[in-house]
Amino acid sequence: MIDNKDRIEFTREMKSNYKILFPNMADIHFRILQKVFLNYGYDIELLTTADSGIIEEGLKYVHNDTCYPALLTIGQLLTALKSGKYDVNRTAVMMSQTGGGCRASNYIHLLRKALKNSGMGQVPVISVNVAGLEKNSGFKINLPVIRRAIAALAYGDLLMLLNNQTKPYEVRKGESFANTLKWVDFISDRFANGRAFSQRELKGYFSRIVKSYADIEVNVTPKVKVGIVGEIYVKYSALANNGLEDFLASEGCEVMVPGLLGFAFYCLMNNIEDINLYGGSPAKKAALEALLKYLTKFETCLIDAVRAEPRFTAPASAAELRELADPVIGRGCKMGEGWLLTAEIMELISHGYENVICAQPFGCLPNHIVGKGMIRKIRSLHPEANIVPIDYDPGATRVNQENRIKLMLAVARENLKSGEDGIKIAVFSPDYDKKAVKNS
Amino acid sequence: MIRIGLDVGSTTLKCVVLNEADEVIFKKYERHFSQISEKSAEMLSEIRDNFPNEQIVGLCVSGSAGMGFAEQAGIPFVQEVYATRVSVKRLLPETDVVIELGGEDAKILFISGMMEVRMNGTCAGGTGAFIDQMSTLLGITPAEMNELASRHSKIYSVASRCGVFAKSDIQPLLNQGAQKSDISASIFAAVVNQTIAGLAQGREISGNIVYLGGPLTFLSELRTLFDKALGRNGLCPENSLYYVALGAALMNGGSCVDLHETVERIRSFSSSEGFRSCHPLFTSEEEYAAFRKRHKSGEAIEYHPLLEGNRAYIGIDAGSTTVKGVVLNENGELVFSKYLQNSGNPVPIVQGFLKEVYSKFPDINIVSSASTGYGEEIIKNAFHIDMGVVETIAHFSAAREFDPDVDFIIDIGGQDIKCFKIQNGAIDNIFLNEACSSGCGSFLQTFAGALGFSISEFAAKGILAERPVDLGSRCTVFMNSSVKQAQKDGASIENISAGLSLSVVKNALYKVIRVANSDSLGKHIVVQGGTFLNDAVLRAFEQETGKNVTRPPIAGLMGAYGAALYAKQNPPEKSGIISPERLDSFTHSVQAITCNGCQNNCRLTVNTFDDGGKFIGGNRCEKPLALKNTNKKYNLYDYKKELLASYASFKGERETIGIPMGLNMFELLPFWHTFFKSLGFGVTVSPETTRKLYLKGQHTIPSDTVCYPAKVLHGHIEALLESGVDAIFYPCMSYNLDEGLGDNHFNCPVVAYYPEVIGANVTALSGTKYIYDYLGIHRRRDFPKKIHRILEREFGKIPLSDVKAAAEKAYEEYNGYMARIRKRGKEYLSLAHENGLPVIVLCGRPYHLDSEINHGIDKLICDCGAVLITEDSISDAVCEFPTTVLNQWTYHSRLYAAAKYIADSGNLDINLVQLVSFGCGVDAITTDEVRKILEKSNRIYTQIKIDEITNLGAVKIRLRSLFAAAEQQKRYRN
Repeated sequence: MIDNKDRIEFTREMKSNYKILFPNMADIHFRILQKVFLNYGYDIELLTTADSGIIEEGLKYVHNDTCYPALLTIGQLLTALKSGKYDVNRTAVMMSQTGGGCRASNYIHLLRKALKNSGMGQVPVISVNVAGLEKNSGFKINLPVIRRAIAALAYGDLLMLLNNQTKPYEVRKGESFANTLKWVDFISDRFANGRAFSQRELKGYFSRIVKSYADIEVNVTPKVKVGIVGEIYVKYSALANNGLEDFLASEGCEVMVPGLLGFAFYCLMNNIEDINLYGGSPAKKAALEALLKYLTKFETCLIDAVRAEPRFTAPASAAELRELADPVIGRGCKMGEGWLLTAEIMELISHGYENVICAQPFGCLPNHIVGKGMIRKIRSLHPEANIVPIDYDPGATRVNQENRIKLMLAVARENLKSGEDGIKIAVFSPDYDKKAVKNS
Repeated sequence: MIRIGLDVGSTTLKCVVLNEADEVIFKKYERHFSQISEKSAEMLSEIRDNFPNEQIVGLCVSGSAGMGFAEQAGIPFVQEVYATRVSVKRLLPETDVVIELGGEDAKILFISGMMEVRMNGTCAGGTGAFIDQMSTLLGITPAEMNELASRHSKIYSVASRCGVFAKSDIQPLLNQGAQKSDISASIFAAVVNQTIAGLAQGREISGNIVYLGGPLTFLSELRTLFDKALGRNGLCPENSLYYVALGAALMNGGSCVDLHETVERIRSFSSSEGFRSCHPLFTSEEEYAAFRKRHKSGEAIEYHPLLEGNRAYIGIDAGSTTVKGVVLNENGELVFSKYLQNSGNPVPIVQGFLKEVYSKFPDINIVSSASTGYGEEIIKNAFHIDMGVVETIAHFSAAREFDPDVDFIIDIGGQDIKCFKIQNGAIDNIFLNEACSSGCGSFLQTFAGALGFSISEFAAKGILAERPVDLGSRCTVFMNSSVKQAQKDGASIENISAGLSLSVVKNALYKVIRVANSDSLGKHIVVQGGTFLNDAVLRAFEQETGKNVTRPPIAGLMGAYGAALYAKQNPPEKSGIISPERLDSFTHSVQAITCNGCQNNCRLTVNTFDDGGKFIGGNRCEKPLALKNTNKKYNLYDYKKELLASYASFKGERETIGIPMGLNMFELLPFWHTFFKSLGFGVTVSPETTRKLYLKGQHTIPSDTVCYPAKVLHGHIEALLESGVDAIFYPCMSYNLDEGLGDNHFNCPVVAYYPEVIGANVTALSGTKYIYDYLGIHRRRDFPKKIHRILEREFGKIPLSDVKAAAEKAYEEYNGYMARIRKRGKEYLSLAHENGLPVIVLCGRPYHLDSEINHGIDKLICDCGAVLITEDSISDAVCEFPTTVLNQWTYHSRLYAAAKYIADSGNLDINLVQLVSFGCGVDAITTDEVRKILEKSNRIYTQIKIDEITNLGAVKIRLRSLFAAAEQQKRYRN
């Protein structure tokens, strides 16, 4: 039981006169997501700061062995609160909380501690969770919110995907990203007015979006294709991964970053899988499955829209993802990114993104299992996979990280070249046990 | 056209020139001392002078430190491992595996089969820099180390992960008088170990092996040890230093440059000052002068004469890198002092000190003497010093002389940082740097040495630096690459020096003490230790904390001074200290043996003194000392082990199930053992963990930063496979049993899913059934049905009713097992209470019971005369209570409960020691919470980090300090 007596609740009154700060992660998604909350009357601000003081602030107030995302997000919030830009007596902060077996569920408490130690204990901390961990009378996550959030994530995924697949090949530099920004503004505008959530609207906008990218003039030359997977924050946040996507772009790669919808579905599916594996209420299971089915429609919309243009590679559905992971890891592996991370690597490889960067905070517990722990097995199934795990932490330097990535890219370029010449590098997999016993 | 390959490594510059026929027509190798662009230009102009007819040349740069430089100078760059691959494929096409060690990198390149490259991650030593650091520690050159290593007679186990760990293993060995030849070989063996364990991970190194890079070229013994470990004869080819440069030269396809112009461009290339910087230490000479005045910097220590009767008190502090000795007179004033470098063995140094004392003061009447520090025991034994005193107590005694109100002491010594808070006149809280964060004095020294300076010269350079490099707070290995980056960005030595002084302080503040704000440090801060004698470090500390502090003029001697004061306060009837005559004839010899007293097989060093006295070091328990310790030991660890041993392997009428004894099996063995037994299966329990067992499975560990308890599991699986079981049973378990102490009852991710890692990486499992399904014993009603399906899938028909009955028995057995532990724990508690014995609640995880994991810390605690119980033996006596963190892991809930139990008991005889495995991410959260619960009731929190480290010197100090502090606290309360 959590010591709640000191917890500052975000009350209904605060909703009208408090500003809420929340740390950025996936840029496109969070910009749109912000509007969902604006539409519900929250004065919400996305923190996109990136100055070096953030890490120092984090190191100062958070146990240094805690993972990098906690240091950064807490550091970012504290730096903002101390900047003088906000009235600390009229500002709240927001953070997500998954409630899983990973230590990330404790970030929120670390944040409270840090606020208290830096003399800002009065700042309310809002936990964004669907597990019912903490409640605030002024901030409620209900089904309509979830539905809209899912829609926001779907838009974000779609824009990120199309932007990534168009930008490296565009004839007029900057056109794809300008298009992305245009759509972010457009969708945000609709969202702020309570529009563009319905499935009918979604379908229409999705095809228009896809069409707009397809209209961009491109010059398709073979490029090294790199996928990024990893711990969710480090994977998306440029602050955490030292601008990984930009670096890869500067090296002439096409980058694929699997979307956020997958994570949302993964969380939901895990609740169902728990009942499958360990037993539980069939009624609860049925309800969860109904919800899953309902939300899947958003996903289907997205996939169908992308498939309509053969030029683009559509993402796999969450159900397909899970099947992709089945030969490698069990469905019950659900802490951190769990089986999803392994699944994303498998998906990337099957879509021709055989060069994969697995980005994680140094010492990330789930990644010992689902990232580094599975690479060997994945490579035995896909010898062409060129996977490099990269650790991020306040002490890791960009030079080291980029050096390792450059090595991966050198191998990737060699493979790309021999692929063009029709020669495959002589690689073979060690005899590997494929009959290992699994739940099935 | 000639082609030039330039390899800019972390410490050296290598260059080759190839002619049209790919023949090497020029090569050069030198250290660049971080002057990358200057040295590169120099090297290239030398080539220009050698080949005056070649103006247009091919040029390609490689190497970790060359990336930014090549980018800015517009020269083609190739990643160094890739360059190696290119040259090896061309020159040694038969090669299967390349092992290349460099200044700061270690790489393995698998060429045949599935092409793969492994490089050291962000946390890895085992490189040239590590060997350099160790040679500095030994006071010899790496070449001398090589020479010594060839004559080794034994190898000590030295932690192989990173330099800092290895150092804390080696230092005590040195202090105990182990032979340098054996230590040198042990260091090389650690490098071998690190390379094979950390890099090869899942892959075996076989076939034709090629050794490349500086350390493997120059150190033949290192190659020999690699050969031995791999069971192969590797080849160290001609030009083994130049393979990266060769690859770069060979890679160069068509692009060429004007050599003359390039040299000039590089020469004039001034790197942008693109590094992050902090405030300067001082902004003006005047400011510095005022600071010097306030701290009496540079003033000589004041000495006093001996007083009536020539009565004197001697204190000796045999520290990790230095030995300090002081003589006090009857008034406690300083008569004589000495600050000496300890180049390995403190015995001859102390001998010299005492000789000097006797010759300087022929009429001296030594009334009492005390020794402290790492070498406390050996010095005490060798010279018949009257008493030993824990370092922490010595420092406190000394600091009080300079500021009676002292409430915070920080001592930054050569190898360690010690900080303690003082409350109510007693040591209240002790922080010692844990294995991973010791960015202390010797760290500065190593850096200074690498750049060709003494530590004081180096530190002084930073005093007036205008833009100290912002290196943050981080561990040594990381710091190396940060400095590398800063150098790449053009930071001057002055700015790097100032940056390092700042980072030493930041390490102490944010990593060791973890202050949130400087007010929590206290009002009366005394800083001491040799490192603080450098004004730059002192200034950095004041700047970072925003406080003026006291630096005693004898800051470097405080341990010895405190020991002498302690000796003065506690004089023996007659001092037994060695006489001048005996001192002259004093000799001492060292011999290494292996103790066979128990399965720990400690490697002992036996020091024999000329008077027949002996001192044995390296022991984990008191057994080899043959001390008649008649006190019965109350050790709940022993009891738990005894209980677990009763669930032994047996044959059944059905198949035999193998159970690996690691992680959660340490608690669930009674459950599964009973379950399978009732169904007629046989059970084979994997043997007790030993280092050998760990090494057996080491090659399949995929993540070298996972905790040690997880790593040893690989060995258990191998052992089970060897014993020929029909199936190995090791289920995944997201959930543990719910003990009602927290909001949830998870396992940590590693405990929960390590079976997946085993399944995906231990290739030898392919011939055996491996059952690693997801199981939930937390749902007692559902569990039988779920496991029934799995058993039928694997073993054919088994009636569900049998499974249900077996499950019932299993739950009962498990509950009975836990009940027995809890009962015994309470018995020990009341027994301790009746007999007035101190109690330590050793908090950790069930698997910390493994003596290869806890390194015998439990025995050490009991040897101190304490009764030892475990967290799970008292956690049931506490009801769920509010915590400030999400309390969601079963094992960890017990920690909070145990802390609460102690806090609420009000019994000062019960104290808590928390064992934390290195790399345990969850404990980053639990340690703070446990500390908080204890400190709320003014109780002392003690944490011990454990890894592969096998030496218990530092642990002993912690424990002794804890007992001393607890004793003081008790005295104060009464």
